[in-house]
Amino acid sequence: MSIEMISILGAALAVSFGAIGPALGEGRALASAMDAIARQPEAANTLSRTLFVGLAMIETMAIYCLVIALLLLYANPFVH
Amino acid sequence: MKASPLASHVLFHIGPVPIASAVVVTWALMALLVLVSWLGTRRRALRPAGWQNALELVVETLESQMTQIVHRDPRPYLPLLGTLFLFLALANLSSLLPGVSPPTAHLETDAALAGIVFCAVHAYGVRRHGLWEYVKGYAKPNLLLLPLNVLSEITRTFSLMIRLFGNIMSHEMVIGVLLTLAGLLVPVPLMALAVLIGLVQAYIFTILATVFIGAAVESQERA
Repeated sequence: MSIEMISILGAALAVSFGAIGPALGEGRALASAMDAIARQPEAANTLSRTLFVGLAMIETMAIYCLVIALLLLYANPFVH
Repeated sequence: MKASPLASHVLFHIGPVPIASAVVVTWALMALLVLVSWLGTRRRALRPAGWQNALELVVETLESQMTQIVHRDPRPYLPLLGTLFLFLALANLSSLLPGVSPPTAHLETDAALAGIVFCAVHAYGVRRHGLWEYVKGYAKPNLLLLPLNVLSEITRTFSLMIRLFGNIMSHEMVIGVLLTLAGLLVPVPLMALAVLIGLVQAYIFTILATVFIGAAVESQERA
């Protein structure tokens, strides 16, 4: 296999597996937030603000994988 | 899909300096913000009307949001953070204009913004506590944690940059791919989603910057 093929494979693997973890985490976070809002609707403002920030934090992991994939595809140091 | 999202598109040169399209859009947005602010504050009245009314609404909303996060008077931080939010919201929404690529979809703009936040956090922290007290805060609760604290400073700035870049750039890319696949109306719902994503990312960037500044300003009071 050439280095280009391995890079493409690596990029696909990075995005696909990198999306699993944050997806599960975001689902859990959202479910808990829904639960909390259903129990205590008056706290919805604080909850949704914290939820947004937390989701952004979780999402960062998936974005890191995306950046790694883009580096492999467009700025690969081993391909000239 | 040939163009790398990490490269910047040079429009023209001023002398030896290449001017990228992101820079042009950034300056246009800054000019727009300045113009609207100037229009709104030109004839200030005790009973606001028109532009001034709208601007006061924006400023007061930002101020109340920030008060809830830093739990103190946000006035010293409001100019920086408010401008950051307004600029980011405009920059992310500029992807809706045909032919305009949002400057936040290029790594340099995000790096500059994250750098501003990084410097501002330490500047506010040092101004609040004094240099020695602030530096000592990094060795709390234990000297062993000093490398970890310094590392977290760097990584959180880095992730602030990468998060904004990744979100905006990847969404622009998704719309681009869809446009090449299916022509006319298919990308429209996703462009509507771009409005939401752009605003949420601007909000998150600002909120995180506020949280960082709030932590730097009050870290010594808790310890």
